Amino acid sequence: MDKTPKKIKKYVRQALADMAVRTAVANAAETSVTSRDKIAEGIPYWELVRQKVRSIKKDVLEHLDEYLIEFESNCQANGIEVHWARDGAAAREIVGKIARDCGASMVVKSKSLTTEEIGLNDYLSENGVEPIETDLGECIVQLLGQIPSHLVAPALHLSRQDIGRVFEDKLGVEYTEDPAELTEIARVHLRRKFLSARMGISGANFGIASSGCICVVENECNARLSVSLPKVHVAVMGIEKLIPDMAALPYFLKLLPASATGQKASSYVNIIGSSGRAGSGEGPSEVHVVLLDNGRSRILGDAQLRETLMCMRCGACLNVCPVYRQIGGHAYGWVYMGPIGSALIPQYLGEDEGRYAPSLSSLCCACREICPMEINIPRHLLKLRNNVVRAKKSGFFERMAMKLWAFAAARPLVYRFVTWFPGKFQMLLPGKRAFPAPGYMGRRAIGRFDSKGFAKRFRRMERKND
Amino acid sequence: MKAAIFIPCLTEHMYPDSGLSMVKVLRHAGIEIDYVHGQTCCGQPAFNAGYRDEIVPIAERFIKLFRGKDYVVAPSGSCTAMVRVFYRELDIAPALRDDLDDLCGRIFEFCEFMVDVAKVDSLGGRFPHKVTYHDSCHLARELGVRAQPRKLISDIEDIDFVEMKDSDACCGFGGMFSAKFGQLSTEMVARKCENIVDSGAEYVIGADAGCLMNIGGYLRKNNLAPGTMHITDLLAKSLDL
Repeated sequence: MDKTPKKIKKYVRQALADMAVRTAVANAAETSVTSRDKIAEGIPYWELVRQKVRSIKKDVLEHLDEYLIEFESNCQANGIEVHWARDGAAAREIVGKIARDCGASMVVKSKSLTTEEIGLNDYLSENGVEPIETDLGECIVQLLGQIPSHLVAPALHLSRQDIGRVFEDKLGVEYTEDPAELTEIARVHLRRKFLSARMGISGANFGIASSGCICVVENECNARLSVSLPKVHVAVMGIEKLIPDMAALPYFLKLLPASATGQKASSYVNIIGSSGRAGSGEGPSEVHVVLLDNGRSRILGDAQLRETLMCMRCGACLNVCPVYRQIGGHAYGWVYMGPIGSALIPQYLGEDEGRYAPSLSSLCCACREICPMEINIPRHLLKLRNNVVRAKKSGFFERMAMKLWAFAAARPLVYRFVTWFPGKFQMLLPGKRAFPAPGYMGRRAIGRFDSKGFAKRFRRMERKND
Repeated sequence: MKAAIFIPCLTEHMYPDSGLSMVKVLRHAGIEIDYVHGQTCCGQPAFNAGYRDEIVPIAERFIKLFRGKDYVVAPSGSCTAMVRVFYRELDIAPALRDDLDDLCGRIFEFCEFMVDVAKVDSLGGRFPHKVTYHDSCHLARELGVRAQPRKLISDIEDIDFVEMKDSDACCGFGGMFSAKFGQLSTEMVARKCENIVDSGAEYVIGADAGCLMNIGGYLRKNNLAPGTMHITDLLAKSLDL
């Protein structure tokens, strides 16, 4: 991937210039929130489920070591092979080796952000294995050579006309913008791949510790085909995805589809708890789960930021975010975007690479309000901004300005002297021109400084009253 | 009842009239005013930009300055939230932690103070205009204050109060955010202003000078009709104070 969150400012400018994408994103996001609200309001015990799910996940994170061991041994008892990957490179190698061992030259993939996180597709391509994304949206962005612009709806930024042109261009079919026909084109294209792939790769929405299963939630049946038709299935799962047992699953399945797509239930819930039954000839003969750390255990060590590991990747915070609605997902420069992306980017990529991400938020807190896990994203963004400052990755001038300002604000006389200037400076400007403040010189103006200020005016008012 | 007032930076330097209006309205409601001299800023701009250690002295000074006051009232949800919610995130001297806890229970944003603490019923003002209300983010979502300003507005006689679409959508100000991502922030306020104009209101009422400056700055520069008004100014005007 040649994009980097270091260039967020540039991407934001580019995104704002693309009216077609902005309109598509804003409309899709707004529709998602409306249908999500309708579902959430229709469930009288929504808040109770939220509390329940939160307490379950909190417990899992606090005892993650134990749950992971339990998950591993139960998977093994079910005939699922478990691999541990410290980082992205280790996970890529594991998956690459499995592909080599089974002689796969092409793999079908169901949508998985975790595999995007580790750049698995590029790695596989470089090693002679062609990855085929089978989720419709993901398939479209793959054909375009892009990364997803939304956690749940990868092609959210594209119109059906865009999709028609991509299919015409890349799949050699006749142009159409009819959604049913477009879906049919994808179906025909992908069906051939499903039938010939030796290996399927999926992510996992949940890993169920007490029964050694993984759960994959989807709407298009492409995940079911990806994990059941090829002879080998590999699931790449972040270690934070565990839940204790089957009894916990329904609570999550209540919140996830409602928050993600405004559905009461997902069309398909796949629970994979073994390799194919011996002798039946059905299902994969090998199932592998790659448990990915890639910085998660470090995040777990931070008592506050740990909460970000509760994220189910439902994308509700993106849909409701006034910043995301303007710029879409690509402006964030990485595979996680929106409010939660702003919090994840510096945690996974470090304070240097991710220095701008936590700033890409007006801290309006709409994300926290909608998050099914009630993750306090704005609070984490504030802490991450502080981490950037502590790592001395904020700009030199900003640092100096802030230090000077803070020095003044703790000393009333100095403060009065410093704040006296802009008002006087403004008086030198011709006409009723506003102070030339950065960010306010385009289509809006900053307020005018008052010549006297409140303290003086208040004293004058008091004198008059006396 | 006596209330110490805290005047945020934007009110002090750009919109002092809103501060004076707050004083007049509080007095009209029978509340005595205590103005603490030597107040500066709550520290929010630097805190939001990530500079925590730098603002500890500012916070500690604030805590000491307002120690022992019955109530502290500010015409801003944002600054009130800074003290009540975010001072706890700072490395405050242990000797001042109890004072901070105490302060958190006594500092109020103007609208919540009027309705929840002073329990002011109708003030009896009159304002025969169509208005809408913008929920500022910190006031609505950090402090949970949504109903109180609406009550204060609706209680005014002859006022035509209409809700705009997405009244609690961020106006794009966000302090330093509006400077760091100026163009993005402008697009956000443009969307906000679209909803304000669509509501047909003559005035958009707000409870935070930051949002109002941003919204007003866009409306004026684009020659859009609605005016902006701080809720303290609206009440003062309706009461002819």
